[in-house]
Amino acid sequence: MSSNPQNVSVPIPLPVDHRGPVRANGSRAKAHVAIVRPAHLTLSDVPKVGLSDICLSYRAHGGERLLALDNINLQVKAGEFLCIVGPSGCGKSTLLHLIAGLHQPTSGQVLVDGKPIHGPGTDRILIFQELGLFPWLTVGQNVEFGMKMKGMGKAEREEKTRYFLRLVHLGQFKDSYTHQLSGGMRQRVALARALATEPDVLLMDEPFAALDAQTRDLLHDELERIWAETGRTIIFVTHNVREAVRLGDRVTLLTFRPGRVKREFPVDLPRPRHLEDVDVARAARQILDELREEINRSLEVEYHEGVKPHVETGLEQQ
Amino acid sequence: MKRAARYIVFYAALLGLWALLAKLKIWPPYLFPTPWGVANELYNGFRDHSYWIAIVVSMKRVLLGYLVSVVLGMILGLGVASNKFLEETMGGLLVSLQSLPSICWWPLALLWFGFNQNAILFVVVMGSLLSVTIAMEDGRKQMPKIYGMAGRNLGARGFQLFWHVLLPASLPYIVTGLKQGWAFAWRSLITAEMLYVSLGLGQVLMMGRETSNTDAVIAVMILIIGLGYIVDGVIFKSLERRLQHKWGLAPST
Repeated sequence: MSSNPQNVSVPIPLPVDHRGPVRANGSRAKAHVAIVRPAHLTLSDVPKVGLSDICLSYRAHGGERLLALDNINLQVKAGEFLCIVGPSGCGKSTLLHLIAGLHQPTSGQVLVDGKPIHGPGTDRILIFQELGLFPWLTVGQNVEFGMKMKGMGKAEREEKTRYFLRLVHLGQFKDSYTHQLSGGMRQRVALARALATEPDVLLMDEPFAALDAQTRDLLHDELERIWAETGRTIIFVTHNVREAVRLGDRVTLLTFRPGRVKREFPVDLPRPRHLEDVDVARAARQILDELREEINRSLEVEYHEGVKPHVETGLEQQ
Repeated sequence: MKRAARYIVFYAALLGLWALLAKLKIWPPYLFPTPWGVANELYNGFRDHSYWIAIVVSMKRVLLGYLVSVVLGMILGLGVASNKFLEETMGGLLVSLQSLPSICWWPLALLWFGFNQNAILFVVVMGSLLSVTIAMEDGRKQMPKIYGMAGRNLGARGFQLFWHVLLPASLPYIVTGLKQGWAFAWRSLITAEMLYVSLGLGQVLMMGRETSNTDAVIAVMILIIGLGYIVDGVIFKSLERRLQHKWGLAPST
């Protein structure tokens, strides 16, 4: 076992304002000094996000209808960190797009606070796998974008931009363009841009898939800290099982084509966790055993259709 | 440095060849102008302000016509790109219309507007509108879809989405089309001006023919090429370069 300093439960330093940023309605985001599961945030019985009987089918090139998502039912509590895993092609990214309101399900409903959603809304912000940062804007202008669309005043916008850039440790890079930054930094810009619109729900689509292991470790720590600090609900999609266990309060496993909820695994490990923790590895192993079936199915399809599945177990990178 | 030297050598050789051919008097001097005759013509033309006036008149016209076709072309192109029905119907029409030389609009322009400026403007607009429209349409289609989604995701709607996201996101893709539209506008203008007493460069060019002054003809041709080059090679090039730099598309030098 490595003696990684991040394994030791040292309180992680927080920015000056421990109460979190003021939201648009004047209330403050809930904040936590130590990184623990924010149990008192789960008081409400109405789930923050509810998916009821979500089905999605589309017409394939051949003309026949393909079922991508089949009868998905999921409840996410306020302040919960939910990870969704599954092999490529299980529709997990599509699910996030549905929650974000960028696409419509064929049937079923997406509920936020018990109410059905109508299109995209800034209460749910999606961080795309490709990030979708605007290359014609500086880092600061990117972070500012959502607030500007809301019609927030310039002074307030600038103050919040500074706050959120500091939160992701990019205070020095306000005037840089995104293509001048490294992959990990761009990732943090996307996180700051999403947080700056002060969403209740943060949807993250394999955000760390393209990063090297060291950067990924670092961003896991930061994401966990920010989650604990801001009390956001996070739905995090990944194909890396160990990453899911490292971050999530709960891991939901989807099946391969059509995507169904195969099983849910609560993760009751103390935080902060680390990717290399024995407990994390053990929990991941258990989920991976279930996932393997789906991987095998996707491999069979590869032989028949020439579709290349991409599954990263997260167990090989030590 | 080396590149500049190559340019100098090339153009010096070209001028030398021209001077030599003129000196040999293979063709009668009134048909084959000399470099010094052309240089003299350019000098006189600028000194008596007739070239300046022609340049200003022509530039005003082409700028106005180009502006009109950029605004109209943007609206048309975006409309075609964002509507499946329009794309299927108008798309083909636009491409086939583009094969029509812009001067073919001249008779219609005369009938509609009479012998005046507006007829010239009409030809300029018709000459560049289509290529701007097609460029806008292509730009919208080539633009990665993620920007539109990210914009909507962050709360941009309607005109906000167009102005703050879709337009800037497609700029690198449409700038080539804008450049091409400019080239078409410039050519259409000169052609139209040649057919009408118009004060512009086109008319000055025709005046050279009427007075059998080949020196003047070549001088004005050089002016037309030079102006085209300045706008295309200097203004649009630097715009393109700035865009590429800002968007992070610049090739590493």
